[in-house]
Amino acid sequence: MEFLSGMRTELMVTAVIFILLFIKLGRGMENHTLLAVTQVMLLAASALSFWPQESGSLFGGMFTHGALQGFQKSILLTGTYLVSLLFSDWLRRSPHMTEFLVLMLSSLLGMCFLISSAHLLMFYLSLELTTIPLAAMSNFDLDQKKSSEAAMKLILSSAFSSGILLFGISLVYGATGSLYFPDIAAALGNQHEPLTILMFLLLLSAFAFKMSIVPFHFWTADVYEGSPIPVTAFLSVMSKGAVAFALLTVLYTVFPAQASQWFGMIALLAVATMLIGNLFAIRQDNLKRFLAFSSIAQVGFILVAVSGQQPVSITAVTYFVLVYMFSNLAAFGVAAVLEQPDPLPDDPWVEGIKMGGSEAMPDWMPKPGSGGTQKISDYRGLIKRSPLLTWIMALALFSLAGIPPTAGFFGKIFLLSAGAASQHYWLIIIAALNMIVSLYYYLKIVRVMFMTDPPPHATKLYPDPVVQFGLIICSVGIVLVGLVSWIYDYISSLAH
Amino acid sequence: MNLFFILAIPLLTAVFILLEPRREQSRLLALVGSALQFVAALMLFFRYRSDLPDAYNPPILYREQFHWYSQWNISWHAGVDGISVAMILLTAFVVLAGVLVSWKVNKMEKSFFFLLMLLSIGAYGFFMSLDLFTMFFFLEIAVIPKYLLIGVWGSGRKEYSANKLALMLMGGSALILVGMLALYFYFPAGERTFDMTLISTREIPADVQRWIFPFIFVGFGVFTALFPFHTWVPDGHSSAPTAGSMFLAGISMKLGGYGCLRAATWLLPEGAQAYSGIIILLATIAIIYGAFATMMQKDLKYINAYSSVSHCGFVILGIGMLTETSITGAVYQMVSHGLMTALFFAVIGMVYERTHTRMVAEMGGLMKAMPFISAVMFIAGLASLGLPGLSGFVAEMTVFMGSWEKQGTLYKLATILACASIVVTAVYVLRAVGGTMMGPMNEQRYGKLGDALWYERWAALILILGILAMGLAPLWLHDLVAPGSEAMMKHFSVAGK
Repeated sequence: MEFLSGMRTELMVTAVIFILLFIKLGRGMENHTLLAVTQVMLLAASALSFWPQESGSLFGGMFTHGALQGFQKSILLTGTYLVSLLFSDWLRRSPHMTEFLVLMLSSLLGMCFLISSAHLLMFYLSLELTTIPLAAMSNFDLDQKKSSEAAMKLILSSAFSSGILLFGISLVYGATGSLYFPDIAAALGNQHEPLTILMFLLLLSAFAFKMSIVPFHFWTADVYEGSPIPVTAFLSVMSKGAVAFALLTVLYTVFPAQASQWFGMIALLAVATMLIGNLFAIRQDNLKRFLAFSSIAQVGFILVAVSGQQPVSITAVTYFVLVYMFSNLAAFGVAAVLEQPDPLPDDPWVEGIKMGGSEAMPDWMPKPGSGGTQKISDYRGLIKRSPLLTWIMALALFSLAGIPPTAGFFGKIFLLSAGAASQHYWLIIIAALNMIVSLYYYLKIVRVMFMTDPPPHATKLYPDPVVQFGLIICSVGIVLVGLVSWIYDYISSLAH
Repeated sequence: MNLFFILAIPLLTAVFILLEPRREQSRLLALVGSALQFVAALMLFFRYRSDLPDAYNPPILYREQFHWYSQWNISWHAGVDGISVAMILLTAFVVLAGVLVSWKVNKMEKSFFFLLMLLSIGAYGFFMSLDLFTMFFFLEIAVIPKYLLIGVWGSGRKEYSANKLALMLMGGSALILVGMLALYFYFPAGERTFDMTLISTREIPADVQRWIFPFIFVGFGVFTALFPFHTWVPDGHSSAPTAGSMFLAGISMKLGGYGCLRAATWLLPEGAQAYSGIIILLATIAIIYGAFATMMQKDLKYINAYSSVSHCGFVILGIGMLTETSITGAVYQMVSHGLMTALFFAVIGMVYERTHTRMVAEMGGLMKAMPFISAVMFIAGLASLGLPGLSGFVAEMTVFMGSWEKQGTLYKLATILACASIVVTAVYVLRAVGGTMMGPMNEQRYGKLGDALWYERWAALILILGILAMGLAPLWLHDLVAPGSEAMMKHFSVAGK
């Protein structure tokens, strides 16, 4: 059954979606139990998905599957599992948890198809399947205006980028008469006509929108700030990762011959993205906006590798997304513990506060309905409130900044090396300078956590055990993925 | 002798410190761990001395190689020559003394000792790496512990200093990274490697060397206070806690000097030759400027920090002169400076803990209240001004002798200027030590202060032992270091043609 093995990941995700829907339609379940069931299913699915896949294609060549694509999907699936762990507090409290999970998994399904698509229509459809649930998810803090605003911004900007993409696709069809990736590449050949360049530009802009590459990044900060924190995490890691994988496929299979044309352009985009992301991140005092801009900067680093050479770049980007997933999710996981809007009376977390010795609602805690604040100043003196959370956050930030022994160091170095393989050292010098700037603002948070006193009335923090488990998985990932080199070697063997 | 043994001791210590739930136990664990490191480093020293005759050329022994990221031809390649052994020994001295001095740290002990151990892992790993990538990895490991040590446990403008240090060192690392990648990708695909023993045997055209060399040299130079990039040194050292200053001056600045020697000069000899004049110019400026800047300081820690800029100038001068003797002298100076500044910072910490001031003007006559501490301070000061019999004399003499060998008016002039700076050194050292220890004492304020406690005594004694051993019996160190620099120079003259 080639169908079963080739679409293994997609089928598993679909199965989870259907099980969730049936439970909802049937007698229903407590949020608590349902979440636990989902977590177990996702764990099993991600574990199974790591089994190496054979390469081949389905549906007359519209859907290709291979070992590398299988691994990329596994990364995303694992990330989704981690999201379900890290934000279980938020999820349990949500009155529409099942719907949220179904939307999230649908988006994941879209990403899986996106990675595998080898036909532009298929590609377009899966991109929409990825984005539309995301917009619905951004709106999930139903009583928050900001959340609705975020959803609106996301849906409008993605509709716009879809329009650009469709225009590009229609030009491709007009010029080459086919929508299959290999056919397009063959028809375009080695030509550099204006029409080819225009097609390429339109497709690239659509990608730029999804990955928030400068100058298409304007939606990012607002959407990240307004969305509920699990959605922000999911958007910044999974959605970006999936689109980055798709970008590699499209660039290297559809436009392989136009390399000399697009190197300069992508290098320029990389420089702009790193610079703008970094410079804006310095000024932020809201953690979500901060992470939004820092994630823009990270995409700039990915582009440095994209402008390099083929197999090395694919390996470096895939590896980096894996590393970035652990680091960014850990940062968002800690942020979620600090966010905690209006706890329910029997919430174990409230009992945690009482154990901490204070009866009244502390000042720093958001008032009911305020949706939780995410100021960087909330992290003041975190080391005294929870050493575990502080060290995990510090580890995540160091990894994002690319400091050893965290995996982020290796991720960044290999991205830069992939870029350096094409001997464009000016790009590497700019990227290296950007690493210094990024260290500056990551250290800002480290400084606040370690070197200031906690706000008055702040109590100790006791993260939920499930959240703690998720955070520890992330930290182990941050340390081991770098030090254990066979993970990189394995990805490299898949990419060749 | 297995080198990973030396790396494993601090690693295991760090893990044990993390796992140990009782906070007070962490200092004991750290002490045991650093004592074991000390023993292991001494064992390495003696083993290397006895194994040296059958060493190959370059005299690198105890090589171990594990393939790490084989796609990039990165391997965990370790091995030591005499220079590395000397640096490892220095690290072990300073770590042990640093842990002893911090015995009474009363704020987040667990994290403190964990970070100290992390720093020493970085240093040991750096000195034993023969692979450029691994070397860079260990260099960077040491950055964050420094940042946190200064920022959390420091004093004064600690946050500013910590930030400045981290960013400037990161800037240095970024330069090294660019140079490292450029060197790697210069070779055609398939022959690319980070292995320094391989790169050093390869022919690299002079123009390539000339553009890569500044990146690597200046990058490491930032770590060792190369002149325009020295500004992190005074702030960082004076804000750090005692053990932090000891580690910074004693170990961390030596990472830079060693890197300039091992990565820049050894791998890119023609680049080194091309820039020799500029390096010497910068080193001379650092020596003179550092010495005069020290004269103007009133705070003991700033005095020692600025004098470090001056003293590290000798290291760079020795490397820049590119003669066998001067390179040997540079290594001596690294060891000597590491020991004596660590001692100086330790003793400043002890004084500060009692008097709660570091201003020379506010103290005086402390010899009466604390004779032991005062004696230690004298020894540190005399070593710093280069009194024969102590380590500073041996190191500076060797640098000067090596520099004088170099023909050329400008080189001679630089040597003379550097020699002259010793007079200035004498002025500020005697002023600082005399001002704090002699003269009338403020009975009310300082009369009841006690002398050094047992852990402080041990810390000081260990470092003094090192200083005396080097000052009285420099042959020991010479036997160790000279073959290393000879091999470096031999390679040099071959590649230079």
